[in-house]
Amino acid sequence: MIPAAFDYKKAGSSEEAVALIVEHGDEAKFLAGGHSLIPMMKLRLAVPSVLVDIAGVEDLSYIDDRGDHIAIGALTKHRSLETSDLLIAECPLLAHVASKVGDPQVRHRGTLGGSLAHSDPASDLPAAILALGGSLVAEGPNGQREIGVADFFTGYFESALSDDEMLTEVRVPKAPGASWSYQKFNRRAQDWAIVGVAAVEVQGAAQIALVNMGSTPLRAEAVEAALAGGASAVEAAEAAADGTDAPTDLNASPEYRDHLARVLTKRALEASGIS
Amino acid sequence: MELSVTVNGTGHVSEVEARTLLVYYLRDELGLTGTNVGCDTSSCGACTVHVNGESVKSCTMLAVQADGQEVTTIEGLAPSSDELHPMQESFQNNHGLQCGYCTPGMVMAACSLLDENPAPTEDEVREGLEGNLCRCTGYHNIVKAVLACSGQDVS
Repeated sequence: MIPAAFDYKKAGSSEEAVALIVEHGDEAKFLAGGHSLIPMMKLRLAVPSVLVDIAGVEDLSYIDDRGDHIAIGALTKHRSLETSDLLIAECPLLAHVASKVGDPQVRHRGTLGGSLAHSDPASDLPAAILALGGSLVAEGPNGQREIGVADFFTGYFESALSDDEMLTEVRVPKAPGASWSYQKFNRRAQDWAIVGVAAVEVQGAAQIALVNMGSTPLRAEAVEAALAGGASAVEAAEAAADGTDAPTDLNASPEYRDHLARVLTKRALEASGIS
Repeated sequence: MELSVTVNGTGHVSEVEARTLLVYYLRDELGLTGTNVGCDTSSCGACTVHVNGESVKSCTMLAVQADGQEVTTIEGLAPSSDELHPMQESFQNNHGLQCGYCTPGMVMAACSLLDENPAPTEDEVREGLEGNLCRCTGYHNIVKAVLACSGQDVS
């Protein structure tokens, strides 16, 4: 399978990348690691006429300590997240979830920014970021803006980024010593989660996000509210599918996903000790 | 598009279409047919090569993305034409291949794995080769070969 023909442009900086996207309009796409985009182009599900390769923008690959939060450049690869001493110490949920994406070859190429901008509700990292909170930085022709993670995922493969904006940085709050768990259920090696649950305790409050339970990653608000109201892990997990809209596909019916969400939430709460 | 890439230590400057996938550049332009095309959907790992020393699936990378980078294929692994790389030797000694189709990708993935984790446990080898499928299902001996190559006792 070969992608349809396209023009290829290489950007050396984020300013140049945005200028190229503005110049070529909505038929253009950013290319980072390409591990979401290239498979879609090979299947002709995506047929961009111009690719703007941003992989060479070197100053967008970093994991920096910024006091109360960690700033991660959008081009940081999954493998770098997985092995970052800073993340392992200050935000272990994110390092762990990165290690569960695809397989080693995918993690050598795929980037955090690419995964978030792609906004696939079945992906691991969007839910992890949603559970952690924090914000994302986008750069457009009129400069930078910061988008709260709760406002970022707007629909199925849709984000708050506009066509001429590029995601440049992800800011996650530090949570050293916080309890956390990531439960991913799939039936084949390297597959997407049929359902996944990311749970972390931030300043005494449970923050739980669900993978593949709707058109976007979702916060399990009913579970969080139940825990805040004093419910046990077992009781609270019963509410995991409340307010969700689980998809149906070859792997699972919505009812089965609802069941998985409850079981995996219970496991996540029990494994982490979050209450 | 002009592509300038180092493959197995040799520099190449080629004219390629932007949509050319790295695996087809290696096979069709450079004649390096040791890298196989299996599923062509980034699942099976038969097309695994190294880019700057790390395993990647060359069916899911454009050749132009390798511009300025160093690519190593199975042909570039052995020190000379009459010697095997230790990983290849270990696959041979431990019967780590049956039909052989997945083998080049398995060997490349396994070398990358040991670069990152020189003494993996059996579980770590199995997880580390998650991106490579063997349709003969000869996984036990593949895992054994990788453990043996890392200097661990597999007897």
